[in-house]
Amino acid sequence: MKLTGAQITVETLIEQGTEVVFGYPGGQVIDLYDALYQAGDRIHHVLTAHEQGASHAADGYARSSGKVGVVIATSGPGATNLVTGIATAHLDSTPMVAITGNVSNAMIGRDSFQEVDITGITIPITKHNFFVKHVEDLADTIRTAFQIAKSGRPGPVLIDIPKDVQTGLCEYEPAPVVEKEKQRLPKEFKIEWAAKMIRESQRPYIYIGGGAITADASKEIEELADRIDAPIGSTLMGLSAISHENPRFLGMEGMHGHYASSMAQNEADLILAVGARFSDRATGNVSKYAKKAKIIHIDIDRAEVDKNITSDLGIGGDLKIALQELLEIVEPKKNLEWDRRLDQLRKEEQEQFQKNTSEESLTPYALIHEVQKHTEADMPIVTDVGQHQMWVAQFYRFHQPRTFITSGGLGTMGFGLGAAIGSCLATGKKTVLFTGDGSFGMNLNELATVSKLNAPVVIFIMNNGVLGMVRQWQNLFYHKHYSQTTLERKTDFVKLADAFGLKGYRITKRDELSSIVAKAMNEEEPVLVDCLIDKDELVLPMLPPGGSFDDIITLKEDPS
Amino acid sequence: MTDDRFIIGILVDNAAGVLTRVSSLFTRRGFNIDSLTVGTTEDPRYSRITISAHGDEAIRKQIIKQVRKLYNVKEVKILPIDNSVKRELALIKLRNKPQTRNDILSAVDIFRCKIIDFSPNTLCVEITGNSSKIDAFITVVKPLGILELCRTGVTALERGCVYLNSETKTFEEEICEEDKGEK
Repeated sequence: MKLTGAQITVETLIEQGTEVVFGYPGGQVIDLYDALYQAGDRIHHVLTAHEQGASHAADGYARSSGKVGVVIATSGPGATNLVTGIATAHLDSTPMVAITGNVSNAMIGRDSFQEVDITGITIPITKHNFFVKHVEDLADTIRTAFQIAKSGRPGPVLIDIPKDVQTGLCEYEPAPVVEKEKQRLPKEFKIEWAAKMIRESQRPYIYIGGGAITADASKEIEELADRIDAPIGSTLMGLSAISHENPRFLGMEGMHGHYASSMAQNEADLILAVGARFSDRATGNVSKYAKKAKIIHIDIDRAEVDKNITSDLGIGGDLKIALQELLEIVEPKKNLEWDRRLDQLRKEEQEQFQKNTSEESLTPYALIHEVQKHTEADMPIVTDVGQHQMWVAQFYRFHQPRTFITSGGLGTMGFGLGAAIGSCLATGKKTVLFTGDGSFGMNLNELATVSKLNAPVVIFIMNNGVLGMVRQWQNLFYHKHYSQTTLERKTDFVKLADAFGLKGYRITKRDELSSIVAKAMNEEEPVLVDCLIDKDELVLPMLPPGGSFDDIITLKEDPS
Repeated sequence: MTDDRFIIGILVDNAAGVLTRVSSLFTRRGFNIDSLTVGTTEDPRYSRITISAHGDEAIRKQIIKQVRKLYNVKEVKILPIDNSVKRELALIKLRNKPQTRNDILSAVDIFRCKIIDFSPNTLCVEITGNSSKIDAFITVVKPLGILELCRTGVTALERGCVYLNSETKTFEEEICEEDKGEK
C-alpha cells in the first residue's frame, strides 16, 4: 500500500507502540498533522502551549512509563524550542524521539523561511539524529530511532523530515516493535573480583543512580544490601528506586544530600556504584572524594567508568544482570562496627534536622510532609529546579520506582509543568507538581494545557519571591549581594489560575496548611496552590563550592 | 613533540555529517586533536578517520569509549605507535631565487622529496614521511623563504594481518591464521 511520508511517519509511530504524542503544528508539519488527523482514533496528540512544554511532557511521559516519549515540532523556531527539552532528556538518559519538519530538500541551505539546521544543532545533545532525505528511508529510520532511544543507556533521538519527504509516496510495510539492542554480559572474572572486594570490605556503601531505575534493579539492590549488610545512598536521579521504608536506605547523598548518606559515603571503605555517574553534584570536589574507599563501578555505559572518578573495578553491562550474577556468588556478611557508626550518623542527622526546623512557620518540610499524607505510593511527584526540588528530594518519602520526576543533570527550570502533564497522562494518576515561583514563571503557559486536558495535576508553588537557590549561594558565599534574585513581581497566582480556568488556593500560614492541602488534594481536576514560604529558608546540608564532605554545612548558624 | 601522543583509527559510515559528529565529540569533551585525516576505504560503505591526539592514559581510554558510542562509528582503535606505518604528506611552496636554489635542491635531495612545480619565482616541494621528517625539512627550508605550506595530517595503518574492519577476512589473513596454527 502506497502512503505519503507523513502517513508513514504516523503509521510507524503507531506500529512502534506510540499511544500519545506531544507537539505543536506549523508550516512544515502540516502534512504530518493531516496524517495525525486521519489517524486520530489510533494515536492521541496533545497540543501544548509551546514546543518546550511538549518536549518536557514527552520526557515526563517517558520517565513515568519507561516507554519512548514522542514530541513533534515544526521547522525553525519549533525545532529550536525543543532544544532545552532534548538536552534535559539527554543528561538524564530519557528515551525520547523528537520529530521535526523541515523545508523541502530543494529549499535546504538557502536560509528559507523557518529553516534551521536542527540536526547540526542537536548533535551534542542527542544519542543520534537523522535527516531523512528520501521517503524510502523514512520508516526504517524511525524504527532505528526508537531502537537507539531505548537501547543500552537510553536517550533522545531526533528525526528531521523535510516537507517533500512528508508528501512523497512510498510503499509501507508494517514491522514489529523493534527490540532493544542486546548488551554484552558482564565479564565473569570481574563479578568474582567484585565479590572478593565486597568480602574484604568492612564499610561497604551502595551508591545508586538513575540507571537503577532504568534497569529495573530495585529488588536486586535491596537483596544485595541485605546480603552484605550495606547502607544504600542515592543520587538525585536514583531517588524512588529504593523505598524510603527500607531501613538501609539513607536517602540522597551529595551537595544537598542527607547528612548520614553523604558522610557514610565519605567514610566507606567500599563504594559500589550502580548506574550512577559520579556527577559533580554527587561527589563534591573529586580530588577529595571518598578517599578511604575502593570503588566498584557498574554501568551499562562503559564510557561512564573512569570518566569522572577512577574506579578500582569497572563492570560494563546491564545492572540487573550484573547484580543477579553477583548475588549468586557473594557471601552474606555483617559489619557490626559500621552499623553502629551508621546509627550514630542517622542520630546526628536527626538532631541537626530538629535544630533547623520550626513548628510554627510554613516551612517547605511542613508542606511536603502534609502533601505526603494525601498521596499514594504510585502517584508521580514532579518538581522544577531549585531549592524546592532539593527539599522534595530530601523530605518526600518515595515508595515506587519512576515516581520522582525531576530534571537532574541539566537542572532545567521550567521543566516541571510540562513533565507533570506527561507523567499524568502516562500513569492516569493524580500528579503532584512541586515548583518554585521562579521555575514556574518560566513555562506557566502550560497551565492552558493542564486546564484544557482537565488533567488532575496538583501544583504547589513554594513562593518566596526570590530565586532561592542562587540567593542561598549569594547569602553564604557572595556577601549577601542579592544580585537579580529578588523577583519583586506582582503576580497573583490564584488569579492566574482562575484566568487559565483552574482552581487556585493560597496558603499564607502554618495553620491553614492542613485544610487547604486536603482540599487541593481531594480535587479531581487541576489545582494550583500558592504557598508563601520564607525567602531565607536554606537547603541544608550543603557542600560549599569546591568543598568535600568534610566541609559539609549542616546548621543554619554555621555559614562559614 | 610530546611522548603522550597517540594515533586513533576510526572506521565510520560513509555518510553525510559523520565527520562533524566525530570532531564535535572531541570539542565537546575537551579532547585535543593534533591532526585529522579522512578518506574512503576498500569498502565503499565505510570511511576511515585517522586522528592524531595527545593525552594521558585516562584521556586515551575516554576518547575510545566516547567515540565508540557514536552510532556511525563501526570500529575504533588506538594504533600501536611502534607497530604501525604512519605517513603524512606536505606541499611547500618556496621562493625560487638563484641565491637559495642550490640549498633547496640539496635539501630536497637529502630528504628524498620531490619538486612538483617550478615557476620563475616559486617552486613547490612534495614531501612524504613521518611527521618528524616533515618537521625537520620545514626547519631546514624555513630560512630560504616559505611562501605557502599545507600538511595533510597523519594517516596510519597497523602493520601485519590486523584490520580495523572486523569483517575483513582476506586470503592473506587466512594464511596468517594457518601459519599461527602450524607454530
